[in-house]
Amino acid sequence: MEIVRSQRSRTNTPNDSVSTLPLYRYAPQLEVRLEDFEVFAMDRLRVLKGISDALARGKRPEEMENLVRDLWKANMRHPEASEDVNKDIISHFVLRLVYCRTEDLRKWFLSMETALYRYRFLLGSSEAKRALMEEFDLPCKAISRTEFENAKEKLEQVARSFDQPLPTADAIFYKVPFEEVPELVAGRRVYIHKGHAYVAMHQVVSLVVTQFRSNLSKALILTNRKWTSTIREQERDRLTPIVEALSMSYLGPDYSQTKEFGEISIKDLDQLARSSFPLCMRHLFDKLREDHHLKHGGRMQLGLFLKGVGLRMEDALAFWKAEFSQKVGAERFDKEYAYSIRHNYGKEGKRTDYTPYSCQKIISSTPGVGDHHGCPYRHFSEENLRAALGRMGVGSRAMEDVVDKVRNRHYQLACTLTFEAVHSSSCDAGINHPNQYFSDSHKILQPKVEIVI
Amino acid sequence: MLIDGPKQGNVIPDGFNPNYLKVYYGRLFPHADIFKWMSYGNDGRHPACDKSYFGRREFSFTLDNDIYLRFQSFNSESELENSIKEKCPSKIDIGPVYSVDPAKRHAYAQGGDNVFAPVERELIFDIDITDYDDVRYCCSGADVCLECWPLMTVAIKVIDTALRDDFGFDHILWVYSGRRGVHCWVCDGKARRLTNEQRGAIADYFRVYKGNENSNKKVSFPGPLHPFLVRSYTEVLREFFEEKLLLSQNLFSTEERYEKILSMIPDESVTSELRGKWQENRRSSNSKEDINFFRWEQLKNTLQSGKQKVQGLRRCVEEIVFAFTYPRLDMEVSKHRNHLLKAPFCVHPKTGRVCIPIDPKDCEEFDPTTVPTLSELLRELNTGDSRMDVDNEWEKTSLGKSIRFFRSSFLQPLLKSCKEEMESGYKAKIQQTKNSLSW
Repeated sequence: MEIVRSQRSRTNTPNDSVSTLPLYRYAPQLEVRLEDFEVFAMDRLRVLKGISDALARGKRPEEMENLVRDLWKANMRHPEASEDVNKDIISHFVLRLVYCRTEDLRKWFLSMETALYRYRFLLGSSEAKRALMEEFDLPCKAISRTEFENAKEKLEQVARSFDQPLPTADAIFYKVPFEEVPELVAGRRVYIHKGHAYVAMHQVVSLVVTQFRSNLSKALILTNRKWTSTIREQERDRLTPIVEALSMSYLGPDYSQTKEFGEISIKDLDQLARSSFPLCMRHLFDKLREDHHLKHGGRMQLGLFLKGVGLRMEDALAFWKAEFSQKVGAERFDKEYAYSIRHNYGKEGKRTDYTPYSCQKIISSTPGVGDHHGCPYRHFSEENLRAALGRMGVGSRAMEDVVDKVRNRHYQLACTLTFEAVHSSSCDAGINHPNQYFSDSHKILQPKVEIVI
Repeated sequence: MLIDGPKQGNVIPDGFNPNYLKVYYGRLFPHADIFKWMSYGNDGRHPACDKSYFGRREFSFTLDNDIYLRFQSFNSESELENSIKEKCPSKIDIGPVYSVDPAKRHAYAQGGDNVFAPVERELIFDIDITDYDDVRYCCSGADVCLECWPLMTVAIKVIDTALRDDFGFDHILWVYSGRRGVHCWVCDGKARRLTNEQRGAIADYFRVYKGNENSNKKVSFPGPLHPFLVRSYTEVLREFFEEKLLLSQNLFSTEERYEKILSMIPDESVTSELRGKWQENRRSSNSKEDINFFRWEQLKNTLQSGKQKVQGLRRCVEEIVFAFTYPRLDMEVSKHRNHLLKAPFCVHPKTGRVCIPIDPKDCEEFDPTTVPTLSELLRELNTGDSRMDVDNEWEKTSLGKSIRFFRSSFLQPLLKSCKEEMESGYKAKIQQTKNSLSW
């Protein structure tokens, strides 16, 4: 890709139909105007951000498909229709530069581009799907009539389990090694036999998406290398500032560095838990006080949250020790648990300074027997949730709104409403990180104290 | 440590003792078999062997004073054996095969190409009976008895069948964890090369039980069951629940217990109808039929009576059966390649029992209360026939049966398959080179 200043861009890619999904295998041989470089990237970023927000709100696949179509239409159309494809490809490659530079950025970009690809694939026609599958070089074989007959009963069982229409006599199924379709396996959405998954035509997207994801993941690492070794320096005056600005604008603070309100001490914790902790952390905190123990998932979720809130490592060690030694004894605490607290603060092992979990991460975790982590809006029964919210001071009318959001699987909105009810003030940005809940709460509650003085 | 004869009373008291361990590692622990297993055929005899393979495997030792040594690696069988005999670890864990010898890991970066990262690792599962504490009344915590152990048997049957029939794996080793659970090692090449994502997918495929004390319904089937669940239900779970567990755990015998089951039925009219019947029944005794069977039949009849317009009740019976009997796996153990797992044939420090293999085809016969203990084995060594000319001392003891089983059912077929894989891979490579040379 050559970046030029204010010149008509020439293209030598064929004039494909607008619905063609590119493979993004190679940076295109195009000249791109500098302004377009930034504008195209921002337009695509709006699409990716829209997807990110929608996923965080737990939108269903059908809703996502419509959303992607609308977002794409609204942002990615070029005044010259034939240029649509180029804008698509150019913007993707520009964003690769922007998002290749750290592990977190890569992870986010990979997730969003994969989701975008998935829904665009689903929106395509059957011929488009089949053509794309051939491009992708996938290890799948259509099954024969006999194989179909032998597996028919099981295939019907799978279809019924998801309220899908039963496979007809001429239905096409692909036999694929199960390793190629991890998401389908995980959701028990396919019949598996002797290591092969029987994938229906409408599920083929999973294969494509897995491959897309894998290709992009590798490409990002390569791009990062090229960026660090040559491009960043070469483009110091031209592209690099644009690239760095683009990445800042869309990912919020990760709360790994505590800033505004300084450090908090152990004696403040009980009061802060009551006034400013989101429900997930309050539940963990209460359970810790009650049982003098938490399982690993809970220790991670609460421990990292407290770190983000400003609890120093020495205080954290003292706090956890005071609780755990009531159950397992001080010696066992030192032997078995102190290490991982230090690990969380980046003082052991490979010394990564772990970042507190965002709502997205917490919502997608899977608490099991004896666990108290995860998102209570997702995992609590309605009865238990109402009781917990009541203890937080949520009034009956707000409670109904919250429960309604939960029923529709909008867990973060439920938490936002809880925040608003408890603090009697609105939270326009919406909650997407427990530490954000805490810092917003702190901001509201703190000034009152100062005014009194 | 020889004494006169069996009648004199073997002076090896029960319990776990570091001195016993020394004897165990010196004379009984099957070092050679573990080495052969972990080498997966890379014994240097075939041109396609990777001589560095065994040396890149992580072991970790827990020493007597709770000192934990990670990233131990060895380049030969004798290095492994000598280190174990010298250090006498109370526990040996096996980790993954890394890209380079773990001893050299500090020389490698965290990112980029030249990384220190796992490249192969068996697919493993860990099932612990304490995860079933909310559905067993006979024991809790670390205790296990013959009434609740069958829960483990059932878990083995369900998972083993799925691993073979659904996923196509062949080389599967089930091991008693020494106290209250079982471990599973899937050793096929395909399994060892699985990524974390793929392992997570398999773990999720097996996941049915969701939730904890805060949610009521831990098993929920919104639609008809997947073929895997259907098979597990019809071949294993239903029979086990109805013919064994109902009785052995007396699931309906008290109000507290039947209320727990009633809480899994999301329909007030049904639960109050049943509750009404059962509160009355307490006074009249059904001496002919066991109360648990009787109430379960009543429950099934009420639910399946066809009065159900409420969707959520269609599969309530299955939900209850699964909630009590379906395997509960530790997801985290299976999902990450760098997770360490205790080696077979270790001795459990709290019980003294040896972690012996379990035959999945015969798992109903396995009895955790009769697993050989360290002290028993040492007694057997002493009283064993010294005239017996054996290659290995373990043949004189009850450990012999386990090691023979390990070899014939698991190790030999595995090594044979490794050799075959190596041979065909090698042949393919040679062919490729030949092809590329052709004009």
